[in-house]
Amino acid sequence: MDFYIQQVLNALQVGSVYALIALGYTMVYGILTMINFAHGDIFMVSSYIAFFFSTLLLSLALDLHPILVLIATMLTAMFGTALLAVVIERLAYKPLRTAPRISAVITALGVGLFLENFMVAFKPVGPAPRFMPSLIPAVNYTIGVVTVSTIQIVIIVVSALVMLLLDAIVRRTMVGMAMRAISSDKFIVPLMGIPVDRIISITFALGASIAAVGGTLYGMAYTLDPYMGIRIGWWAFISAVVGGIGNIRGAMIGAFILGFVEIFTPVFLPSTYRDFVAFSLLLVLLIFRPTGILGRPITQKV
Amino acid sequence: MKTFLRRWWLPLVLLAVFPLTIVLPQTGIINPYIDLVLKYIGINIILTISLNLVNGYMGEFSVGHAGFMAIGAYVASIMTVWVFPRNLGPYIFPLALIAGGIAAGIAGLGIAFPSFRTRGDYLAIVTLAFNMIVKSVLENIEPIGGPRGFMGMDKLSSLTWVFVWVVITIFLARNFVFSKFGRGVFSIREDEIASGLVGVNTRQVKVLTFIFSAFLAGIAGGLFAHQLQFINPRSFTILKSTDMLVMVYLGGIGSLGGSILGATIFTLVMEGLRTVLQLIGISQEWRLVVAPLLLILLMIFRPKGIMGLREFRFLIPHKERPEDLAEYRKKVLATPED
Amino acid sequence: MSLLSISKLTHFFGGLRAVGDFNLELQAGELIAIIGPNGAGKTTVFNLVTGVYRASEGRIIFRGQDLIGKQTHETVSNGIARTFQNIRLFKELTVLDNVRIARFARTGYSPIEALFHLGRFSSEEERTRRESLEYLQIFDLADVAETTSKNLPYGQQRRLEIARALATKPTLLLLDEPAAGMNPAEVERLMELILWVRKEFQVTIMLIEHQMRVVMGITERIKVLNFGETIAEGTPKEIQNNPRVIEAYLGEEVEA
Repeated sequence: MDFYIQQVLNALQVGSVYALIALGYTMVYGILTMINFAHGDIFMVSSYIAFFFSTLLLSLALDLHPILVLIATMLTAMFGTALLAVVIERLAYKPLRTAPRISAVITALGVGLFLENFMVAFKPVGPAPRFMPSLIPAVNYTIGVVTVSTIQIVIIVVSALVMLLLDAIVRRTMVGMAMRAISSDKFIVPLMGIPVDRIISITFALGASIAAVGGTLYGMAYTLDPYMGIRIGWWAFISAVVGGIGNIRGAMIGAFILGFVEIFTPVFLPSTYRDFVAFSLLLVLLIFRPTGILGRPITQKV
Repeated sequence: MKTFLRRWWLPLVLLAVFPLTIVLPQTGIINPYIDLVLKYIGINIILTISLNLVNGYMGEFSVGHAGFMAIGAYVASIMTVWVFPRNLGPYIFPLALIAGGIAAGIAGLGIAFPSFRTRGDYLAIVTLAFNMIVKSVLENIEPIGGPRGFMGMDKLSSLTWVFVWVVITIFLARNFVFSKFGRGVFSIREDEIASGLVGVNTRQVKVLTFIFSAFLAGIAGGLFAHQLQFINPRSFTILKSTDMLVMVYLGGIGSLGGSILGATIFTLVMEGLRTVLQLIGISQEWRLVVAPLLLILLMIFRPKGIMGLREFRFLIPHKERPEDLAEYRKKVLATPED
Repeated sequence: MSLLSISKLTHFFGGLRAVGDFNLELQAGELIAIIGPNGAGKTTVFNLVTGVYRASEGRIIFRGQDLIGKQTHETVSNGIARTFQNIRLFKELTVLDNVRIARFARTGYSPIEALFHLGRFSSEEERTRRESLEYLQIFDLADVAETTSKNLPYGQQRRLEIARALATKPTLLLLDEPAAGMNPAEVERLMELILWVRKEFQVTIMLIEHQMRVVMGITERIKVLNFGETIAEGTPKEIQNNPRVIEAYLGEEVEA
């Protein structure tokens, strides 16, 4: 029993990171009906930004409080990643908004692969795994039957805060309302004076910043490598689909389901089966209920 | 004599090239490197035609075709390394390849069904998931090497064999495309609903196309395995699928000539880059950035590719060429209307 | 027995009722029209009959067979063909190929025979080619057989779409706004064409049309829909003077 409670905690940790990334997929899909296959790799880049910045900052030996370092790193990663996402959107996706769907899909794939291989070839990065310098002392607390590390707490708490913030933005601000309007009907919206291009860019930037929060948090607990985007990005994507792509709450639910899949699969099957389980889940879902848990079926007009 | 030549010049040329594929490498007129590049061009042509059938002609969204290639590669290799005695290798090679193709074809059948109900992006995800699952399954099967891969194949993929299979592929693909099934495929691409409403059995056509396409990819996989003599799951990831996408969209969708062009240009460019990068002292890893970049540029600036939906005359069967059709038309409709 | 018998046909899109309690008894050889303002549900009826949508409620019996639940490609084998409001030709294909595709079900060879050019392939291809050209000739499109259909002028595209539909040898032909975008001269020719088609091919024809000249000029019976409901049915003369019809189109009562 204790074992299971502990694993639930681990699943929450993993799920939190997936959720932060899944939100990016779902927001872009909601607004452009496009799956940004490059998003996982954008997450990967954000981790590296966090890595380089924190290394740089710490090497300056300014003797700053670790929380400050963490916040500075996170903000830098958020900003840098948001910038990257907007550049990608303007250069690669915008020209294809009226093109047939397959062009956008393939371009997104291309962008993702480009980022991956670029990071592998780019000397300062390279394919070898890297560790981010530790920003928070990793102290383990034992509360009753479970052991919790400070890093775990930070990940779960920060993720929760970010998700609440996003929910608030989407529901209560003008920008959020504009985003939701564009999701429902892309054609009417410009006629109502809403700057569609700008809202789309903001959506990308928002999704990327949230992923960057995930990237920073991830870096605190795991190693980085250029191919992490594929592994983690795909799981986050499956989360978004499971929850109902386009639906923000769905993305969060889906992410925690995937978190549980990740943690609990090795309990019953060899751990190498994790990918197989996750992707099979995706396949089954796509065939029988493509709109996911919270999604609504769309009928096509002839 | 003139009409004979006009009809049969292509088969005659191919017949003449055939012995060259045996002689040239053996006598060293073609050095091993050129031999290798030619073989890769051939394998890539088969792969490109395979993917073009589904993405180009039919307008579907397969982005995980490397999965079919992997199945063909592994099955063919298992056949020549485990199932049959070694000394029979060269003789059962075609059988092994076909077995790989059939195995891939069965997987293709599996993918066809989701394509009935899922549209666009969703099908792309299904095929990507398929690619990942194949890779994941292969990594988990210890007897065939798991993540470390499978090796021990003899180098049965001679230039001659590759040439023969390329010719067979083009022949079969051409016959398929210029038949009622090929027309059905095109109509699905143009307008699937209208296609169904004029009597095309879209399900049958989709199933056929996926199976045929997967079969070809499986053959290419088998040829690939018996050239490299070593395969592992990491040879068949999305990166490989992306290479295939580049070749299709570069050469031209819905075109056999385009497929040949795309495969040839892409292979030569990648090989050329290898040399160029070496010369100017940049690491080879930058080559891997080229394909994705090309893909993005293609999608933005020229998504139909060089030969988009057009065809070289010599690849169109005689009766289907516009001039021949016009002549036929005048002959058949010669009776005056009252 | 009626050729086509539709009873209590109702269809919902989510919460919206697109068609409500539509009834029709269509006899062989008739030429009728369904009219009504935009969004009245006319095209939805066509879609329901051809299996594009599966009806929420009601029955559709064609030549004794229940059509509900049948797939779209069975529509053709059942003997129904249709054209579309916004011309859905296979744009990148030639004129000849557009018609040849309509012969898909009647071109009898298997995939293997096609792949290896065996057996019935050559003879069936030849037959299809010849028959398709004959259809083109009937519709005065033979000269452009090898042209890519997207390059045809509008009027010829419409004719091609009708030719393609007829190449499936239907018993019932559904024409969705065939006169859309045509000038008066073309409309005249279209009216002649439709009448001629009915006679030559012995098909029953059901039209959706907005151009009243066509509707009043050649049809024998008219059904009027508004918001999915049938508000009137009768001969052209009856419909012309029906106040409910006038109200539906103009939105208010008009002093007769």
